[in-house]
Amino acid sequence: MSAAAPWTIASVRSALKARKISARELTSDFYARIDERNPELNAFLTLSPERAFAQADRMDAAVASGEDLRPLAGVPLAVKDVISTKGIRTTCGSKILEHYVPPYDATSVERLEKAGAVILGKTNCDEFAMGSSNENSAYGPVRNPIALDRVPGGSSGGSAAAVAGGLAVVALGTDTGGSIRQPGAYCGIPALMPTYGRVSRYGLIAFASSLDRIGPFATTSEDAATVMSIIAGRDENDSTSALVPVGDYDAEIAKPLSGVRIGVPEDYFGEGLDSEVREKVQAGIALLERLGCKRIPLQMPHTDYAIATYYIIATAEASSNLARYDGVRYGLRVPGTTLGEMYRRTRERGFGAEVKRRIMLGTYALSAGYYDAYYLRAQKVRSLIARDFSDAFQKVDAIITPTAPTPAFRLGEKTADPLQMYLADIYTVTGSLAGVPGISIPSGKTKAGLTVGMQIFGRHFGEGRVLQLAHAFERAGGFAL
Amino acid sequence: MKISREDVIRVAELAHLELSPEEIDLYRGQLDEILTYVGKLEELDVTAVEPVAQVLLKQQDDEHPELREDVPRPCDVAPAVLAQAADAAPPFFRVPKVIDR
Repeated sequence: MSAAAPWTIASVRSALKARKISARELTSDFYARIDERNPELNAFLTLSPERAFAQADRMDAAVASGEDLRPLAGVPLAVKDVISTKGIRTTCGSKILEHYVPPYDATSVERLEKAGAVILGKTNCDEFAMGSSNENSAYGPVRNPIALDRVPGGSSGGSAAAVAGGLAVVALGTDTGGSIRQPGAYCGIPALMPTYGRVSRYGLIAFASSLDRIGPFATTSEDAATVMSIIAGRDENDSTSALVPVGDYDAEIAKPLSGVRIGVPEDYFGEGLDSEVREKVQAGIALLERLGCKRIPLQMPHTDYAIATYYIIATAEASSNLARYDGVRYGLRVPGTTLGEMYRRTRERGFGAEVKRRIMLGTYALSAGYYDAYYLRAQKVRSLIARDFSDAFQKVDAIITPTAPTPAFRLGEKTADPLQMYLADIYTVTGSLAGVPGISIPSGKTKAGLTVGMQIFGRHFGEGRVLQLAHAFERAGGFAL
Repeated sequence: MKISREDVIRVAELAHLELSPEEIDLYRGQLDEILTYVGKLEELDVTAVEPVAQVLLKQQDDEHPELREDVPRPCDVAPAVLAQAADAAPPFFRVPKVIDR
């Protein structure tokens, strides 16, 4: 493949149609690139060439017989390793699932494959999606393809690095507190967290069930929209998947921006925001204004309480969800003389430090005597944060903020201080708690060449609006501001 | 101090984690720092605020039935599921003896 122009869904499609390349050749090219770059990036944990080539051959057969191409025919896809893939090892970045092979596919994977996508393999991530740097993976950190001494962000660091590094055309990630958007910002690509309930989570291995979402990484807003149009929608295997009809994202992104009201909350531009990030996001907002948007100042007064709220709620839910890893039904078992001893030894050996820390915090927050002070209070503050968003959306159509307070930090820079690591999520957890969709798109680079992410929040089920703004911004050259 | 060594030991028991003495000390310090930070939630008056467990389902419940028809369907996954177990004696999972008699 050409190093200059990365493949997109559209360019794969036209190349296949014109028979300039076969799906098998394209798949081989991507595996060659993975062989070359993955030892350095560590973006993929498991490759699935058998399944990939079988799918590529099916797409080539369709081309040969003159059938209409499916929407993602031959498109190389990477899948975060917390999303189940039948017959392909799924580790969640954890030793406790080192040899786990799911007996079924996640709905999002099934839908993408049915649409023609070629699953290249599974991408590295923080253990059970808990982390902001990908350094909590039991299989080693991922390196940022645009600066190898930097983290790619987390927890979907492998998916972001795979797409940004040209090792996949699109990827699936998951976002609980920022785990799609922040790596998108650090690696310089569009990364969309859909509305809570928009994409089925059947087959997603749970971290925090009131927050977890699946969404796409891509190199263009258009590709993110196309993937969304395939994975969005009700799934009877996930009772939390929404019945709300799915928008026509491919059509919505093409609409002009004139008159769109964008809210800029001053609470996201205060202390702790890197000056170059501030400058680039402000320049991005100015570009949106030139494209016809109306800028409206906002106050979202509970923003400062979001990290504390999030880390109580997410860890409480995690402590419950991760109780299932006890050595009985799947994954690692470390023998013990009693059942309790087997549980404890298995969990001690199988879980890494951050997962244990979060299980401890969540168990404490739910334990007798502390429930009201921590968990119940956090659930109430969550109401206030959600209200900040619903109040804002009375006045505006979208909210623009930085995605993260700094560009990608150095490997090892924050590993000794969990609280500092948590604060990397300060601008993303708000939207997670409120359930709204949010995209991170590149808005230029710092002097050192690191990408800056601009975040666009929309109303519940307003993915079309968010993608429309991203697409117009991209077409006006905003990614390279 | 928000959390004592004894609290950490009690929570580890509840969570079925076997922590080394070094881990107990490390987590005590780190959890204490995190809980101190979380203490900022006490600044807010939440007496009149309803807690939310989840953001969207309530709105949906009002308009849409979330439950599908209760129709039996074939479910032939037991062999594949048991194949993932460390110690299976189909159709059972085997674990250390729980009851003495």
